[in-house]
Amino acid sequence: MNDYQMMVDAYKDAGGEDVFSDSDVAHIVLERDKILGQHTVEGLNVQAEKTAEDTVKVFVTVESGYKIKNPVHMCFGVLPEEGRQKIDMNVHVKENAHVEVRADCIFPNAVKVEHIMDAVINIDPHGSYIYKEHHFHGDNGGVEVIARSDINVKSDGKLTTKFDLLKGRVGKIDFDYEAELADNAAVEMLARISGQKDDFIKIREAGHLNGKNSRGVLDSKIALKDSGEAEIYNELTAGAAGAMGHVDCTEIIKDKAVARAVPIVEVSHPEAKVTHEAAIGSVDSTQLQTLMARGLDEREASEIIIQGLLND
Amino acid sequence: MSKLLEVKDIHLTIDEAEILKGMEFSIEQGEVFALIGPNGCGKSTLAYTLMGINNYQPQKGEIVFKGKNLNKMKINERAKLGLTLAWQEPARYHGVTVREFLSLGLKSRGEDVSEKKIRDALNQVAIRPGQYLDRFIDKTLSGGERKRIELASLILMEPDLVILDEPDSGVDVVALNNIGEVINHFRENGTGILLITHSEEMLHYADRAALVCEGEIIRQGKPDAISDYFKSYCLPCHKEVECDTEVAS
Ligand SMILES: Nc1ncnc2c1ncn2[C@@H]1O[C@H](COP(=O)(O)OP(=O)(O)OP(=O)(O)O)[C@@H](O)[C@H]1O
Ligand SMILES: [Mg+2]
Repeated sequence: MNDYQMMVDAYKDAGGEDVFSDSDVAHIVLERDKILGQHTVEGLNVQAEKTAEDTVKVFVTVESGYKIKNPVHMCFGVLPEEGRQKIDMNVHVKENAHVEVRADCIFPNAVKVEHIMDAVINIDPHGSYIYKEHHFHGDNGGVEVIARSDINVKSDGKLTTKFDLLKGRVGKIDFDYEAELADNAAVEMLARISGQKDDFIKIREAGHLNGKNSRGVLDSKIALKDSGEAEIYNELTAGAAGAMGHVDCTEIIKDKAVARAVPIVEVSHPEAKVTHEAAIGSVDSTQLQTLMARGLDEREASEIIIQGLLND
Repeated sequence: MSKLLEVKDIHLTIDEAEILKGMEFSIEQGEVFALIGPNGCGKSTLAYTLMGINNYQPQKGEIVFKGKNLNKMKINERAKLGLTLAWQEPARYHGVTVREFLSLGLKSRGEDVSEKKIRDALNQVAIRPGQYLDRFIDKTLSGGERKRIELASLILMEPDLVILDEPDSGVDVVALNNIGEVINHFRENGTGILLITHSEEMLHYADRAALVCEGEIIRQGKPDAISDYFKSYCLPCHKEVECDTEVAS
């Protein structure tokens, strides 16, 4: 079997849809620094190029006024037990354009794998970008993910990111996303992660609501067991009239897991408002006992509550 | 008719406060037994104690359901035996749809999940299935909607005894009739009901009623008579003067 086929199979095993032969769907398939496939559609430029050992630069540019119908599929990964993949991603959504990207990052056999993502994302006025990233790291806990994003959303632009890792091990995740928002711009960043054993999750998401009527939502839902650890640093600053934001962090822990939530909210304009909510603890007892009164045992009931939280 | 539930001299103390002080009553198959009484008299506490909620283990007394002593059983064991509870303030969940929630009762009885049964149960509580099945039972549902969905989930469980803790509170007048119909549905299927309520209208659905005062049942009898007594002697409280604890059943 060739590398491309192995990568696509691993992607499908991790729950990905088979879209790579559809000519209406733009895609990129990368295994470490090998570019195994790339395809683009009208109005969109999707391109990958190797720039150094283990390093690939990926460009996504949507031309003004183009609303790309089908989500762009990106499949990144490292197939062997050991390896390194660094992706420098440059996204530019021009005026009035829209695109959705679904990135699947798969490291099914990882024992010692490093995945580094450095992204610069620019969304021009009235542009909209949805980025959904799904990770599958296998069962060894041998993955380290380091992701940095520098995001700029111009007036009336909109960005939604959704990260999920719900099956298998996490290993180590270290995220740092920073977004600047202009007038009427909106950003929503969601993370759903399930950690176990000695998994370590560190997320820092920051949104700066600099523009009038800009909006920001940072929403993290984490479930941890065994001796998993999570640190969530959510930061929203609002400094213009009508800027509004909300930070929400819910973490359910079991066993010896440890969760921390450090919300930072800063408001420097009298007509701006930021709220935050954090709930960390074991499964809520009223929720649990309601399900037990339907005949479920404690384990089944807490499974439903945790799955619900992560699917939310 | 045979005794479905027997509550014998239940005493419960939480944080040194004795909240239930020798509760005693029984419920028969298909019987609707109403509990009324002022705020804080211990009605919900009794409901939790019967269901076996954590920290509501009685220090004294016996709960016998279908001839079995429940005192040491876990909540889910009691549920499997046919006892269940609709909370006064039902829980809300992230990411759990109405459909999933309702299918749990069916699954736990080992029944296949039937879309038709789920829809029928929702219709019975006047919740339109098409609009609600895929919604989450989170804070976006109104209080009344949430309570009616709770009732629908009990219907699907086909229990032998349900404890309804103020099923009518926060529910509009139209839905109130539906709750009455649900009570009748349970009764017709031989399900006993412990109905905790503050509402006169709900009392009409009861076969018998009891008045609770400070953790004790001070009177049992016909719902009308108990309600009249409550209104004339308990509001405001005349306890020092002439409250008698005779049981007239
Ligand atoms: N966990 C607890 N710890 C301490 N006190 C409690 C606890 N639970 C209940 N109580 C007290 O026990 C009393 C009975 O409460 P309960 O909720 O059973 O009243 P109720 O009859 O259901 O009232 P309502 O009509 O308002 O629903 C109250 O005074 C309440 O404050
Ligand atoms: Mg109560």
